[in-house]
Amino acid sequence: MIEIEHLSQTFKAPDGKDVHAIKDVSLHINKGEIFGIIGRSGAGKSTLVRTINFLTQPTQGRVVVNGQCLNDLSLAQLRQIRTKIGMIFQHFNLLSSRTVFDNIALPLELQKTPKAEIEKKVTHLIDLVGLNDHKDKYPSQLSGGQKQRVGIARALANDPMVLLSDEATSALDPETTRATLELLQHINRTLGVTIVLITHEMEVVKEICHRVVVMDQGQVVEAGTVLDVFRHPKHPTTRAMLADIMIHDMPQRIIDNVKTLIAAAEEKGRFAKLLRLTFIGSEVTLPVLSMLTRTYNVDFNILQGQVEELQGSNFGMLTILAESPDQQTFEAATQFLAQNHVEFEEVPL
Amino acid sequence: MSPEIIALLGDGFVETVIMVIGSGILGSVIGIPLGVLLHVTDKDGLMPRLATNAVVGVLVNAVRSTPFIILLVAIYPLTRLLVGTTIGTTATLVPLVIGVAPFIARLVETSLREVDRGLIEAAQSMGATNMQIINKVLLPEALPGIVAGVTIAIVTLVGYSAMAGAIGGGGLGDIGIRYGHNRYMPDVMWTVVLILIVFVQVIQSFGDWCVRKVSKR
Repeated sequence: MIEIEHLSQTFKAPDGKDVHAIKDVSLHINKGEIFGIIGRSGAGKSTLVRTINFLTQPTQGRVVVNGQCLNDLSLAQLRQIRTKIGMIFQHFNLLSSRTVFDNIALPLELQKTPKAEIEKKVTHLIDLVGLNDHKDKYPSQLSGGQKQRVGIARALANDPMVLLSDEATSALDPETTRATLELLQHINRTLGVTIVLITHEMEVVKEICHRVVVMDQGQVVEAGTVLDVFRHPKHPTTRAMLADIMIHDMPQRIIDNVKTLIAAAEEKGRFAKLLRLTFIGSEVTLPVLSMLTRTYNVDFNILQGQVEELQGSNFGMLTILAESPDQQTFEAATQFLAQNHVEFEEVPL
Repeated sequence: MSPEIIALLGDGFVETVIMVIGSGILGSVIGIPLGVLLHVTDKDGLMPRLATNAVVGVLVNAVRSTPFIILLVAIYPLTRLLVGTTIGTTATLVPLVIGVAPFIARLVETSLREVDRGLIEAAQSMGATNMQIINKVLLPEALPGIVAGVTIAIVTLVGYSAMAGAIGGGGLGDIGIRYGHNRYMPDVMWTVVLILIVFVQVIQSFGDWCVRKVSKR
Protein backbone atom coordinates (compact mmCIF):
# COMPACT_ATOMS: atom_id res chain seq x y z
CA MET A 1 0.00 0.00 0.00
CA ILE A 2 2.75 2.46 0.96
CA GLU A 3 6.38 2.17 -0.08
CA ILE A 4 8.95 4.57 1.25
CA GLU A 5 12.33 4.18 -0.38
CA HIS A 6 15.57 5.73 0.84
CA LEU A 7 13.86 8.81 2.10
CA SER A 8 15.84 11.71 3.48
CA GLN A 9 14.72 15.13 4.59
CA THR A 10 17.05 18.00 5.30
CA PHE A 11 15.98 21.37 6.69
CA LYS A 12 17.91 24.59 6.96
CA ALA A 13 18.06 25.61 10.58
CA PRO A 14 17.82 29.32 11.42
CA ASP A 15 21.58 29.37 12.02
CA GLY A 16 22.21 28.12 8.48
CA LYS A 17 23.21 24.59 9.44
CA ASP A 18 21.59 21.59 7.80
CA VAL A 19 19.32 19.56 10.03
CA HIS A 20 18.78 15.97 8.93
CA ALA A 21 15.24 15.26 10.09
CA ILE A 22 15.12 11.90 8.29
CA LYS A 23 18.09 9.84 7.15
CA ASP A 24 17.67 7.14 4.52
CA VAL A 25 14.43 5.61 5.76
CA SER A 26 12.80 2.77 3.84
CA LEU A 27 9.44 1.33 4.87
CA HIS A 28 6.86 -0.99 3.44
CA ILE A 29 3.36 -0.68 4.83
CA ASN A 30 0.84 -3.37 3.94
CA LYS A 31 -2.76 -2.84 2.95
CA GLY A 32 -5.12 -3.07 5.89
CA GLU A 33 -2.59 -3.06 8.69
CA ILE A 34 -2.11 -0.68 11.58
CA PHE A 35 1.48 0.41 11.31
CA GLY A 36 3.11 2.19 14.23
CA ILE A 37 5.98 4.63 14.06
CA ILE A 38 7.29 5.32 17.52
CA GLY A 39 10.04 7.62 18.70
CA ARG A 40 10.81 10.43 21.06
CA SER A 41 10.02 13.99 20.06
CA GLY A 42 12.47 15.19 17.44
CA ALA A 43 13.07 11.68 16.12
CA GLY A 44 11.65 12.69 12.74
CA LYS A 45 8.41 10.76 12.86
CA SER A 46 6.12 13.73 12.22
CA THR A 47 8.21 14.73 9.23
CA LEU A 48 8.13 11.16 7.98
CA VAL A 49 4.35 10.87 8.17
CA ARG A 50 3.98 14.17 6.29
CA THR A 51 5.91 12.78 3.37
CA ILE A 52 3.25 10.10 2.92
CA ASN A 53 0.83 12.78 1.66
CA PHE A 54 3.63 15.08 0.49
CA LEU A 55 2.72 17.87 2.90
CA THR A 56 6.48 17.75 3.24
CA GLN A 57 8.36 17.11 0.05
CA PRO A 58 11.33 14.87 0.81
CA THR A 59 14.81 16.05 -0.14
CA GLN A 60 15.62 12.56 -1.37
CA GLY A 61 13.84 9.28 -1.92
CA ARG A 62 10.53 8.08 -3.27
CA VAL A 63 7.08 7.65 -1.81
CA VAL A 64 4.65 5.30 -3.54
CA VAL A 65 1.04 5.15 -2.36
CA ASN A 66 -1.28 2.59 -3.89
CA GLY A 67 0.99 2.17 -6.89
CA GLN A 68 1.31 5.92 -7.56
CA CYS A 69 4.68 7.53 -7.06
CA LEU A 70 3.97 10.87 -5.37
CA ASN A 71 7.26 12.30 -6.63
CA ASP A 72 5.94 12.15 -10.22
CA LEU A 73 2.56 13.78 -9.59
CA SER A 74 1.51 17.31 -10.54
CA LEU A 75 0.07 19.53 -7.82
CA ALA A 76 -3.47 18.86 -9.06
CA GLN A 77 -2.89 15.09 -9.07
CA LEU A 78 -1.36 15.36 -5.62
CA ARG A 79 -4.49 17.12 -4.33
CA GLN A 80 -6.56 14.33 -5.83
CA ILE A 81 -4.63 11.57 -4.09
CA ARG A 82 -4.63 13.52 -0.82
CA THR A 83 -8.41 13.17 -0.71
CA LYS A 84 -7.77 9.43 -0.38
CA ILE A 85 -5.27 9.87 2.46
CA GLY A 86 -7.05 11.06 5.59
CA MET A 87 -5.08 12.69 8.38
CA ILE A 88 -5.75 13.32 12.06
CA PHE A 89 -3.71 15.56 14.32
CA GLN A 90 -2.60 15.91 17.91
CA HIS A 91 -4.38 19.23 18.30
CA PHE A 92 -7.36 18.14 16.19
CA ASN A 93 -7.16 21.17 13.85
CA LEU A 94 -10.90 21.68 13.68
CA LEU A 95 -12.36 24.91 12.32
CA SER A 96 -13.68 26.87 15.29
CA SER A 97 -16.14 28.67 13.03
CA ARG A 98 -17.87 25.46 11.95
CA THR A 99 -20.16 23.07 13.78
CA VAL A 100 -19.35 19.39 14.17
CA PHE A 101 -21.49 18.64 11.13
CA ASP A 102 -19.90 21.35 9.00
CA ASN A 103 -16.38 20.38 10.03
CA ILE A 104 -16.97 16.83 8.85
CA ALA A 105 -18.61 18.18 5.68
CA LEU A 106 -15.61 20.35 4.78
CA PRO A 107 -13.59 17.76 2.81
CA LEU A 108 -16.74 16.88 0.89
CA GLU A 109 -17.47 20.54 0.13
CA LEU A 110 -13.95 20.90 -1.20
CA GLN A 111 -14.70 18.10 -3.66
CA LYS A 112 -17.95 19.83 -4.68
CA THR A 113 -20.03 16.91 -3.45
CA PRO A 114 -23.81 17.45 -3.93
CA LYS A 115 -25.63 18.71 -0.81
CA ALA A 116 -27.85 15.67 -0.43
CA GLU A 117 -24.89 13.32 -0.52
CA ILE A 118 -22.98 15.44 2.03
CA GLU A 119 -25.98 15.26 4.35
CA LYS A 120 -26.16 11.49 4.00
CA LYS A 121 -22.44 10.84 4.41
CA VAL A 122 -21.88 13.21 7.31
CA THR A 123 -24.88 11.83 9.19
CA HIS A 124 -23.48 8.34 8.75
CA LEU A 125 -20.01 9.40 9.93
CA ILE A 126 -21.39 11.21 12.98
CA ASP A 127 -23.16 8.00 13.84
CA LEU A 128 -19.98 5.96 13.28
CA VAL A 129 -17.95 8.05 15.73
CA GLY A 130 -20.83 8.31 18.20
CA LEU A 131 -21.46 12.06 18.20
CA ASN A 132 -25.19 12.03 17.38
CA ASP A 133 -26.03 14.38 20.23
CA HIS A 134 -23.38 16.91 19.31
CA LYS A 135 -23.77 17.51 15.60
CA ASP A 136 -24.71 21.20 15.91
CA LYS A 137 -22.15 22.06 18.56
CA TYR A 138 -19.01 24.08 17.93
CA PRO A 139 -15.57 22.61 18.72
CA SER A 140 -15.19 24.92 21.74
CA GLN A 141 -18.15 23.11 23.31
CA LEU A 142 -16.56 19.66 22.98
CA SER A 143 -14.12 17.66 25.11
CA GLY A 144 -10.75 16.59 23.70
CA GLY A 145 -11.95 13.07 22.98
CA GLN A 146 -15.03 14.36 21.18
CA LYS A 147 -12.89 16.76 19.14
CA GLN A 148 -10.68 13.90 18.02
CA ARG A 149 -13.78 11.94 17.02
CA VAL A 150 -14.77 14.84 14.81
CA GLY A 151 -11.23 14.82 13.40
CA ILE A 152 -11.50 11.09 12.67
CA ALA A 153 -14.91 11.45 11.03
CA ARG A 154 -13.60 14.33 8.93
CA ALA A 155 -10.59 12.28 7.84
CA LEU A 156 -12.91 9.47 6.74
CA ALA A 157 -15.28 11.69 4.75
CA ASN A 158 -13.76 10.95 1.35
CA ASP A 159 -13.50 7.17 1.98
CA PRO A 160 -9.70 7.16 2.27
CA MET A 161 -7.48 4.13 1.67
CA VAL A 162 -5.03 5.34 4.28
CA LEU A 163 -5.45 7.18 7.56
CA LEU A 164 -2.41 9.03 8.92
CA SER A 165 -2.50 9.66 12.63
CA ASP A 166 -0.02 12.20 13.96
CA GLU A 167 0.09 11.80 17.75
CA ALA A 168 -3.70 11.69 17.68
CA THR A 169 -4.01 10.58 21.29
CA SER A 170 -1.13 12.54 22.81
CA ALA A 171 -3.33 15.36 24.05
CA LEU A 172 -5.88 12.99 25.57
CA ASP A 173 -6.14 11.40 29.01
CA PRO A 174 -5.54 7.63 29.30
CA GLU A 175 -9.20 6.66 29.34
CA THR A 176 -10.05 8.80 26.30
CA THR A 177 -6.92 7.51 24.60
CA ARG A 178 -8.16 3.97 24.98
CA ALA A 179 -11.61 4.83 23.63
CA THR A 180 -10.08 6.67 20.67
CA LEU A 181 -7.76 3.76 19.89
CA GLU A 182 -10.71 1.39 20.03
CA LEU A 183 -12.48 3.58 17.49
CA LEU A 184 -9.44 3.50 15.20
CA GLN A 185 -9.24 -0.26 15.54
CA HIS A 186 -12.93 -0.55 14.74
CA ILE A 187 -12.45 1.58 11.63
CA ASN A 188 -9.48 -0.51 10.57
CA ARG A 189 -11.45 -3.72 10.95
CA THR A 190 -14.76 -2.66 9.47
CA LEU A 191 -13.63 -0.32 6.70
CA GLY A 192 -10.27 -1.93 5.97
CA VAL A 193 -8.50 1.41 6.13
CA THR A 194 -4.71 1.15 6.43
CA ILE A 195 -3.62 3.20 9.44
CA VAL A 196 -0.19 4.75 9.92
CA LEU A 197 0.09 5.80 13.50
CA ILE A 198 2.74 8.12 14.90
CA THR A 199 3.20 8.12 18.64
CA HIS A 200 5.70 8.48 21.44
CA GLU A 201 3.76 6.15 23.72
CA MET A 202 4.50 2.39 23.74
CA GLU A 203 1.11 1.92 25.33
CA VAL A 204 -0.53 3.04 22.07
CA VAL A 205 1.59 0.66 19.99
CA LYS A 206 0.86 -2.16 22.39
CA GLU A 207 -2.85 -1.50 22.19
CA ILE A 208 -3.53 -1.54 18.46
CA CYS A 209 -0.50 -1.76 16.15
CA HIS A 210 0.33 -4.83 14.12
CA ARG A 211 3.83 -3.81 13.14
CA VAL A 212 6.04 -1.06 14.44
CA VAL A 213 9.24 0.77 13.62
CA VAL A 214 11.24 2.65 16.20
CA MET A 215 12.82 5.90 15.10
CA ASP A 216 15.76 7.65 16.66
CA GLN A 217 17.52 10.72 15.31
CA GLY A 218 15.90 10.43 11.91
CA GLN A 219 16.65 6.75 11.41
CA VAL A 220 14.73 3.52 11.80
CA VAL A 221 16.59 1.66 14.51
CA GLU A 222 14.26 -1.25 14.98
CA ALA A 223 11.39 -2.81 13.04
CA GLY A 224 9.15 -5.83 13.33
CA THR A 225 5.85 -7.15 14.57
CA VAL A 226 4.80 -5.65 17.85
CA LEU A 227 5.21 -9.02 19.51
CA ASP A 228 8.78 -9.37 18.22
CA VAL A 229 9.77 -5.91 19.31
CA PHE A 230 8.25 -6.43 22.74
CA ARG A 231 9.94 -9.79 23.18
CA HIS A 232 13.35 -8.91 21.86
CA PRO A 233 13.96 -5.19 21.97
CA LYS A 234 17.47 -4.64 20.64
CA HIS A 235 18.15 -0.95 20.38
CA PRO A 236 18.66 1.06 23.58
CA THR A 237 15.96 3.54 22.49
CA THR A 238 13.45 0.74 22.12
CA ARG A 239 14.34 -0.66 25.51
CA ALA A 240 14.08 2.76 27.09
CA MET A 241 10.69 3.39 25.50
CA LEU A 242 9.47 -0.06 26.49
CA ALA A 243 10.49 0.67 30.05
CA ASP A 244 7.31 2.73 30.38
CA ILE A 245 5.29 -0.44 30.33
CA MET A 246 7.75 -3.34 30.69
CA ILE A 247 10.97 -3.56 32.57
CA HIS A 248 13.74 -5.02 30.47
CA ASP A 249 16.69 -3.72 32.38
CA MET A 250 17.41 -4.76 35.94
CA PRO A 251 18.57 -2.30 38.55
CA GLN A 252 22.33 -2.45 39.07
CA ARG A 253 22.02 -3.51 42.72
CA ILE A 254 20.08 -6.63 41.73
CA ILE A 255 22.56 -7.42 38.97
CA ASP A 256 25.43 -7.23 41.46
CA ASN A 257 23.52 -9.53 43.76
CA VAL A 258 22.88 -11.99 40.91
CA LYS A 259 26.57 -12.00 40.00
CA THR A 260 27.46 -13.04 43.54
CA LEU A 261 24.86 -15.79 43.51
CA ILE A 262 26.10 -17.16 40.17
CA ALA A 263 29.69 -17.12 41.38
CA ALA A 264 28.68 -18.99 44.55
CA ALA A 265 26.80 -21.63 42.53
CA GLU A 266 29.71 -22.14 40.16
CA GLU A 267 32.03 -22.59 43.10
CA LYS A 268 29.87 -25.51 44.18
CA GLY A 269 30.24 -26.97 40.69
CA ARG A 270 26.68 -26.11 39.74
CA PHE A 271 25.47 -24.24 36.65
CA ALA A 272 23.58 -20.95 36.98
CA LYS A 273 22.25 -18.36 34.56
CA LEU A 274 20.00 -15.32 34.60
CA LEU A 275 17.21 -15.90 32.05
CA ARG A 276 14.38 -13.86 30.71
CA LEU A 277 11.40 -15.96 29.70
CA THR A 278 8.64 -14.59 27.53
CA PHE A 279 5.44 -16.33 26.64
CA ILE A 280 2.02 -15.81 25.14
CA GLY A 281 -0.78 -16.98 27.41
CA SER A 282 -2.71 -18.88 24.77
CA GLU A 283 0.37 -20.85 23.66
CA VAL A 284 1.49 -22.09 27.03
CA THR A 285 -0.81 -24.75 28.35
CA LEU A 286 1.44 -26.71 30.73
CA PRO A 287 2.65 -25.63 34.16
CA VAL A 288 6.10 -25.26 32.67
CA LEU A 289 8.05 -23.90 35.60
CA SER A 290 7.07 -26.50 38.15
CA MET A 291 7.75 -29.22 35.57
CA LEU A 292 11.15 -27.70 35.08
CA THR A 293 11.89 -28.24 38.72
CA ARG A 294 10.47 -31.74 38.95
CA THR A 295 11.76 -33.16 35.67
CA TYR A 296 15.06 -31.38 35.22
CA ASN A 297 15.98 -30.60 38.77
CA VAL A 298 16.34 -26.93 37.97
CA ASP A 299 15.89 -24.54 40.87
CA PHE A 300 14.95 -20.99 40.24
CA ASN A 301 14.41 -17.64 41.86
CA ILE A 302 11.89 -15.29 40.28
CA LEU A 303 13.45 -11.86 40.27
CA GLN A 304 10.85 -10.04 38.30
CA GLY A 305 7.62 -10.83 36.50
CA GLN A 306 4.92 -9.12 34.53
CA VAL A 307 1.86 -10.00 32.51
CA GLU A 308 0.53 -7.56 29.93
CA GLU A 309 -2.34 -7.74 27.55
CA LEU A 310 -0.88 -7.53 24.08
CA GLN A 311 -3.26 -7.48 21.13
CA GLY A 312 -5.89 -9.60 22.74
CA SER A 313 -3.71 -12.23 24.40
CA ASN A 314 -1.68 -12.31 27.56
CA PHE A 315 1.98 -11.63 27.16
CA GLY A 316 4.10 -12.65 30.10
CA MET A 317 7.67 -11.96 31.00
CA LEU A 318 9.66 -13.50 33.82
CA THR A 319 13.22 -12.92 34.81
CA ILE A 320 14.56 -15.91 36.72
CA LEU A 321 17.85 -17.02 38.14
CA ALA A 322 17.97 -20.69 37.13
CA GLU A 323 20.37 -23.13 38.76
CA SER A 324 20.96 -26.72 37.71
CA PRO A 325 23.43 -29.50 38.68
CA ASP A 326 25.33 -29.27 35.38
CA GLN A 327 25.29 -27.74 31.92
CA GLN A 328 23.70 -30.79 30.27
CA THR A 329 20.56 -30.74 32.37
CA PHE A 330 20.44 -27.04 31.93
CA GLU A 331 20.41 -27.36 28.15
CA ALA A 332 17.79 -30.11 28.26
CA ALA A 333 15.68 -27.84 30.41
CA THR A 334 15.93 -24.95 27.99
CA GLN A 335 14.98 -27.28 25.17
CA PHE A 336 11.91 -28.24 27.10
CA LEU A 337 11.05 -24.55 27.42
CA ALA A 338 11.40 -23.97 23.69
CA GLN A 339 9.20 -26.97 22.90
CA ASN A 340 6.52 -25.47 25.08
CA HIS A 341 6.56 -22.09 23.33
CA VAL A 342 8.38 -20.27 26.06
CA GLU A 343 11.07 -18.11 24.55
CA PHE A 344 14.13 -17.40 26.61
CA GLU A 345 17.25 -15.39 26.42
CA GLU A 346 20.17 -14.96 28.69
CA VAL A 347 20.19 -11.59 30.37
CA PRO A 348 23.59 -10.01 29.86
CA LEU A 349 25.24 -9.11 33.13
CA MET B 1 -29.85 77.00 19.55
CA SER B 2 -32.00 78.21 16.71
CA PRO B 3 -34.09 75.79 14.61
CA GLU B 4 -31.84 76.63 11.65
CA ILE B 5 -28.78 75.42 13.52
CA ILE B 6 -30.58 72.27 14.63
CA ALA B 7 -31.59 71.55 11.01
CA LEU B 8 -27.99 72.21 10.00
CA LEU B 9 -26.73 69.72 12.59
CA GLY B 10 -29.24 67.15 11.30
CA ASP B 11 -27.98 67.52 7.73
CA GLY B 12 -24.38 67.44 8.96
CA PHE B 13 -25.02 64.22 10.82
CA VAL B 14 -26.47 62.57 7.73
CA GLU B 15 -23.44 63.66 5.71
CA THR B 16 -21.06 62.30 8.35
CA VAL B 17 -22.90 58.99 8.38
CA ILE B 18 -22.68 58.78 4.58
CA MET B 19 -18.96 59.57 4.61
CA VAL B 20 -18.10 57.16 7.44
CA ILE B 21 -20.27 54.22 6.46
CA GLY B 22 -19.74 54.69 2.72
CA SER B 23 -15.97 54.83 2.97
CA GLY B 24 -16.03 52.06 5.59
CA ILE B 25 -17.78 49.73 3.16
CA LEU B 26 -15.73 50.70 0.11
CA GLY B 27 -12.54 50.66 2.20
CA SER B 28 -13.32 47.10 3.32
CA VAL B 29 -14.04 46.00 -0.23
CA ILE B 30 -10.52 47.11 -1.16
CA GLY B 31 -8.77 46.58 2.17
CA ILE B 32 -9.83 42.99 2.93
CA PRO B 33 -8.54 41.48 -0.34
CA LEU B 34 -5.42 43.60 0.06
CA GLY B 35 -4.90 42.17 3.56
CA VAL B 36 -5.37 38.64 2.21
CA LEU B 37 -2.82 39.39 -0.53
CA LEU B 38 -0.33 40.67 2.03
CA HIS B 39 -0.81 37.57 4.17
CA VAL B 40 -0.63 34.86 1.51
CA THR B 41 2.32 36.36 -0.39
CA ASP B 42 4.38 36.61 2.79
CA LYS B 43 7.40 34.32 3.07
CA ASP B 44 5.58 31.90 5.37
CA GLY B 45 2.31 32.37 3.51
CA LEU B 46 0.25 30.07 1.33
CA MET B 47 1.84 31.27 -1.90
CA PRO B 48 5.00 33.21 -1.13
CA ARG B 49 5.61 35.99 -3.69
CA LEU B 50 8.21 38.13 -2.02
CA ALA B 51 8.42 40.81 -4.73
CA THR B 52 4.64 41.33 -4.80
CA ASN B 53 4.57 41.35 -1.03
CA ALA B 54 7.30 43.98 -0.83
CA VAL B 55 5.68 46.29 -3.41
CA VAL B 56 2.23 46.09 -1.83
CA GLY B 57 3.75 46.46 1.62
CA VAL B 58 5.61 49.63 0.66
CA LEU B 59 2.50 51.14 -0.96
CA VAL B 60 0.39 50.38 2.09
CA ASN B 61 3.00 51.87 4.40
CA ALA B 62 3.38 54.95 2.20
CA VAL B 63 -0.34 55.76 2.36
CA ARG B 64 -0.45 54.99 6.06
CA SER B 65 2.45 57.31 6.85
CA THR B 66 1.05 60.23 4.86
CA PRO B 67 -0.91 62.52 7.23
CA PHE B 68 -4.54 62.35 6.17
CA ILE B 69 -4.88 66.11 5.77
CA ILE B 70 -2.04 66.03 3.21
CA LEU B 71 -3.44 62.94 1.47
CA LEU B 72 -6.72 64.81 1.07
CA VAL B 73 -5.24 67.61 -1.00
CA ALA B 74 -2.50 65.53 -2.63
CA ILE B 75 -5.01 63.35 -4.46
CA TYR B 76 -7.27 66.18 -5.66
CA PRO B 77 -6.51 65.28 -9.32
CA LEU B 78 -7.61 61.68 -8.76
CA THR B 79 -10.73 62.82 -6.92
CA ARG B 80 -11.62 65.17 -9.74
CA LEU B 81 -11.05 62.39 -12.25
CA LEU B 82 -13.31 59.96 -10.42
CA VAL B 83 -16.08 62.23 -9.12
CA GLY B 84 -15.76 65.34 -11.29
CA THR B 85 -15.31 67.68 -8.33
CA THR B 86 -13.27 67.94 -5.13
CA ILE B 87 -16.03 69.51 -3.10
CA GLY B 88 -18.98 67.78 -1.44
CA THR B 89 -19.68 64.63 0.48
CA THR B 90 -19.29 62.25 -2.48
CA ALA B 91 -15.91 63.75 -3.36
CA THR B 92 -14.58 63.08 0.16
CA LEU B 93 -15.24 59.36 -0.29
CA VAL B 94 -12.21 59.09 -2.58
CA PRO B 95 -9.54 60.22 -0.07
CA LEU B 96 -11.37 58.54 2.80
CA VAL B 97 -11.40 55.18 1.01
CA ILE B 98 -7.78 55.52 -0.07
CA GLY B 99 -6.81 56.55 3.44
CA VAL B 100 -8.61 53.73 5.24
CA ALA B 101 -8.12 50.76 2.87
CA PRO B 102 -4.41 50.22 3.73
CA PHE B 103 -5.27 50.51 7.43
CA ILE B 104 -7.92 47.83 7.06
CA ALA B 105 -5.48 45.75 5.00
CA ARG B 106 -2.95 45.69 7.88
CA LEU B 107 -5.63 44.86 10.45
CA VAL B 108 -6.90 42.02 8.25
CA GLU B 109 -3.36 40.75 7.72
CA THR B 110 -2.85 40.67 11.50
CA SER B 111 -6.03 38.68 12.14
CA LEU B 112 -5.19 36.22 9.35
CA ARG B 113 -1.82 35.65 10.98
CA GLU B 114 -3.66 34.53 14.12
CA VAL B 115 -5.22 31.58 12.29
CA ASP B 116 -3.57 28.36 13.47
CA ARG B 117 -1.21 26.94 10.83
CA GLY B 118 -2.49 23.50 11.72
CA LEU B 119 -5.82 24.37 10.13
CA ILE B 120 -4.12 25.20 6.85
CA GLU B 121 -2.18 21.96 7.04
CA ALA B 122 -5.40 20.05 7.72
CA ALA B 123 -7.07 21.66 4.69
CA GLN B 124 -4.05 20.82 2.53
CA SER B 125 -4.19 17.23 3.72
CA MET B 126 -7.79 17.15 2.42
CA GLY B 127 -6.63 18.26 -1.01
CA ALA B 128 -7.82 21.88 -0.77
CA THR B 129 -6.61 24.43 -3.33
CA ASN B 130 -5.15 27.71 -2.13
CA MET B 131 -8.32 29.60 -3.09
CA GLN B 132 -10.39 27.08 -1.11
CA ILE B 133 -8.10 27.52 1.87
CA ILE B 134 -8.55 31.31 1.71
CA ASN B 135 -12.32 31.16 1.33
CA LYS B 136 -13.19 28.21 3.54
CA VAL B 137 -10.51 28.32 6.22
CA LEU B 138 -8.59 31.59 6.52
CA LEU B 139 -11.40 34.13 6.13
CA PRO B 140 -14.07 32.32 8.20
CA GLU B 141 -11.58 31.61 10.99
CA ALA B 142 -10.28 35.19 11.03
CA LEU B 143 -13.76 36.73 10.74
CA PRO B 144 -14.08 37.86 14.38
CA GLY B 145 -10.71 39.62 14.14
CA ILE B 146 -11.60 41.15 10.78
CA VAL B 147 -14.91 42.49 12.13
CA ALA B 148 -13.12 43.96 15.15
CA GLY B 149 -10.54 45.53 12.82
CA VAL B 150 -13.15 47.06 10.52
CA THR B 151 -14.88 48.50 13.61
CA ILE B 152 -11.64 50.20 14.66
CA ALA B 153 -11.19 51.50 11.12
CA ILE B 154 -14.72 52.95 11.02
CA VAL B 155 -14.16 54.74 14.32
CA THR B 156 -10.96 56.19 12.85
CA LEU B 157 -13.00 57.30 9.83
CA VAL B 158 -15.14 59.50 12.10
CA GLY B 159 -12.02 61.56 12.78
CA TYR B 160 -10.92 61.49 9.13
CA SER B 161 -14.39 62.63 8.00
CA ALA B 162 -14.17 65.72 10.20
CA MET B 163 -10.92 66.67 8.46
CA ALA B 164 -12.39 65.93 5.05
CA GLY B 165 -15.43 67.99 5.97
CA ALA B 166 -13.36 70.97 7.00
CA ILE B 167 -11.97 71.34 3.51
CA GLY B 168 -15.26 71.18 1.69
CA GLY B 169 -16.87 67.86 2.40
CA GLY B 170 -19.58 68.90 4.78
CA GLY B 171 -20.62 66.86 7.78
CA LEU B 172 -20.51 67.52 11.51
CA GLY B 173 -16.80 68.31 11.69
CA ASP B 174 -17.28 71.06 9.13
CA ILE B 175 -20.12 72.57 11.17
CA GLY B 176 -18.11 72.34 14.35
CA ILE B 177 -15.25 74.32 12.81
CA ARG B 178 -17.23 76.87 10.84
CA TYR B 179 -19.93 77.66 13.40
CA GLY B 180 -18.38 76.54 16.64
CA HIS B 181 -14.87 77.83 16.12
CA ASN B 182 -14.90 80.51 13.38
CA ARG B 183 -18.17 82.18 14.47
CA TYR B 184 -17.50 81.59 18.13
CA MET B 185 -20.56 79.47 18.92
CA PRO B 186 -19.19 77.10 21.59
CA ASP B 187 -22.58 75.48 22.16
CA VAL B 188 -22.58 74.31 18.52
CA MET B 189 -19.06 72.95 18.86
CA TRP B 190 -19.85 71.02 22.03
CA THR B 191 -23.05 69.67 20.53
CA VAL B 192 -21.03 68.38 17.56
CA VAL B 193 -18.52 66.78 19.92
CA LEU B 194 -21.31 65.19 21.94
CA ILE B 195 -23.04 63.77 18.85
CA LEU B 196 -19.74 62.32 17.64
CA ILE B 197 -19.04 60.73 21.03
CA VAL B 198 -22.44 59.03 20.99
CA PHE B 199 -21.96 58.03 17.33
CA VAL B 200 -18.58 56.41 18.03
CA GLN B 201 -20.04 54.67 21.08
CA VAL B 202 -22.83 53.21 18.95
CA ILE B 203 -20.40 52.05 16.23
CA GLN B 204 -18.12 50.38 18.79
CA SER B 205 -20.98 48.63 20.59
CA PHE B 206 -22.43 47.43 17.31
CA GLY B 207 -19.00 46.18 16.22
CA ASP B 208 -18.49 44.34 19.52
CA TRP B 209 -21.92 42.78 19.18
CA CYS B 210 -21.05 41.58 15.67
CA VAL B 211 -17.76 40.09 16.90
CA ARG B 212 -19.60 38.16 19.61
CA LYS B 213 -22.11 37.00 17.03
CA VAL B 214 -19.49 35.57 14.64
CA SER B 215 -17.03 34.28 17.23
CA LYS B 216 -17.51 30.61 18.08
CA ARG B 217 -14.29 30.13 19.99
